[in-house]
Amino acid sequence: MSTAAASNSRYGMAIDLDRCTGCGACMVACAVENNVPVPPPEAGERKGITLLRVYRAENGRPFPEAETAHLPIGCQHCGEEPPCVTVCPQNAVEVDPETGIVGQIPARCLGCRYCMAACPYHARYFNWWDPAWPAGMEQALNPDIAPRMRGVVEKCNFCHGRLQAAKAKAAAEGRSELKPDEYVPACVEACPARAIRFGDLADSSSEVARLAREPRAFRLLARLGTEPSVVYLSDRDWVRRLGDAAGPALGESHG
Amino acid sequence: MDRSWLPATRSRAPLPRFALWLLPWVLLLAWGGYAAGLCLVRGLNQTNMDNRFVFGLWIFLDLAIIALGAGAFVSGVLVYLLKRDEVKDVIGTAVVVGFACYSGAIGALMVDVGQPLRAWFTFWHPNPHSMLAEITFCLTCYLAVLAIEYVPLVLRHRRARSASPLLAFQFELHHLMIVLAAVGAFLSFFHQGSLGGLFGVLRGRPFAFREGFAVWPTTFFLFVLSAVATGPAFLILITRTASALTGKRLVRQGTVDFLGRLSAWLLIAYAGVKSLDTLVWLNRTTPASGFHPYQFYSQPPFGGWILLTEIVLLALVPGLILLGKARRRSTPWLLTGAALACAGVTLNRFVLTIQTLALPTLPVDRLLLYVPSWQEVATFAAIVAYGVILYSLSYRYLPLFPHEEEAAAAPPVRVSGAGPRPPQETRHAA
Repeated sequence: MSTAAASNSRYGMAIDLDRCTGCGACMVACAVENNVPVPPPEAGERKGITLLRVYRAENGRPFPEAETAHLPIGCQHCGEEPPCVTVCPQNAVEVDPETGIVGQIPARCLGCRYCMAACPYHARYFNWWDPAWPAGMEQALNPDIAPRMRGVVEKCNFCHGRLQAAKAKAAAEGRSELKPDEYVPACVEACPARAIRFGDLADSSSEVARLAREPRAFRLLARLGTEPSVVYLSDRDWVRRLGDAAGPALGESHG
Repeated sequence: MDRSWLPATRSRAPLPRFALWLLPWVLLLAWGGYAAGLCLVRGLNQTNMDNRFVFGLWIFLDLAIIALGAGAFVSGVLVYLLKRDEVKDVIGTAVVVGFACYSGAIGALMVDVGQPLRAWFTFWHPNPHSMLAEITFCLTCYLAVLAIEYVPLVLRHRRARSASPLLAFQFELHHLMIVLAAVGAFLSFFHQGSLGGLFGVLRGRPFAFREGFAVWPTTFFLFVLSAVATGPAFLILITRTASALTGKRLVRQGTVDFLGRLSAWLLIAYAGVKSLDTLVWLNRTTPASGFHPYQFYSQPPFGGWILLTEIVLLALVPGLILLGKARRRSTPWLLTGAALACAGVTLNRFVLTIQTLALPTLPVDRLLLYVPSWQEVATFAAIVAYGVILYSLSYRYLPLFPHEEEAAAAPPVRVSGAGPRPPQETRHAA
């Protein structure tokens, strides 16, 4: 697997839903890595920030046929005109042409939330409060990531801080390309079941590209034409149908 | 007390009575100002919006009042470009109402964004592909046009007329009105349309997404048409309300007839075009995006009844009501038709904003509902109060209606259910 950040890579994920147990370790790792503030108690489920959110879906069958699947859903880093990019009135959302990562520029964000309305994956979050942490927790903050201020939108950026650190390390060693597995987001690293794989979709020999070509691979809301960079995998038909079966919820969500 | 500031030839209510009329609106404005202050100082956590319901009451009502304020550019085009002199009866009201609607909407938007001090970023880093950038530019420019159109009204004040330089300025400004009307029409066309495009371009929201021409979805054109159809109806409602409050006939029947007829034909056309658009959306656009339209109308309280209400009850029916001359001359029918038309455009904006956000797009998500917080309600109530105060002050001190005194002197003419009332000092509110 070669992950050349300087030659039109397209970073993406392959998430095996048959492996995911819904433990939420990816969500915790994401929050810690990216200095996601702890919401106040009144935030509730709908105002908190979960850049990666695990949804639960059920097949609706009675026992013993009842089955559950857990879907970690974050920004899908759409490859074909991401809906959030075109709508932002002041270019605060951009696609990095070198990596295909859809990034948010908090310092330019007006907080109009139009990008959130445009995202079909509900993967963008607004900072409803000033960032705050319980006493003592601020000492565990990641020094490489700036907390976002109140009134701006944020989202998963495939742990941009880690990409920058990997690039800096490669540059210090005189390399222009990153080694395989040199850069992985925190959620990938934290998953105990190794359900999340990460790599360059543009490199056909990469593991993630190979997984994306498997018959059991599907993308969420594929018919919208957004070409997500996150691919889901399952052997179960009803789970694969979730990719295209929009409408009344088949299960319930938690985050 | 303020007699020397009142129009010389027109009767107005005594100042204490006028102050009493303004008092509740001022209190409402103060309450809303406090609520808006809370949102600005403490943040949007004061609202009941959330990460799914990213827009709420403010955006929905902003879209509605901007549509209702379309009477300003419609009457500007009719008077200055198409030379329909009878519309001069309402041009003053149209400018004041338009200015109140647009400035109020922009005020609400400033509270509605997370970083209002960065509003200028849109002018500095504009994204030409964004409907919101287009709206920002057009709204700002058109508000400036409305402000300039407001100036001649102020210059007609008796105090201003006593200053010869201001008279000369007013004369020069009059020549500019044709240009302003044309610029206003151009800007209005685009921002009314862009407001429709705001949700129409969202391919990630199949309920709102529409195909279209070039870069504009069909909602762009539907918003323009519905606003142009409703603007005159709203002017009828406002001027008739002012007439009821002041006990005067402020607008000639011929003007009401013309505005009602214009609104009627446009509403009927809108009902037809909207039906066609809905059929294309149901049968082609939505299935192509992987959704079944039934999904959108099978989650209570959102059902097919909303669609029927919007097209039939609140577009076609008011169109048919306002089409008949006898019904236009009957105050109950006239007001019913105009009110239904205004309710229709409001429901349309509700559907495109609130219903769109309530419906889930992910198969693992669910329908969400939202109830605005008191801060949201109060802030919007302040916008309404601001509009009422601005219009009341404008009516009291400026010659808004050119035929006001003429109507007061004219003998009452009986029309079915609605005869002009003789001037009664005791009925004056403003």
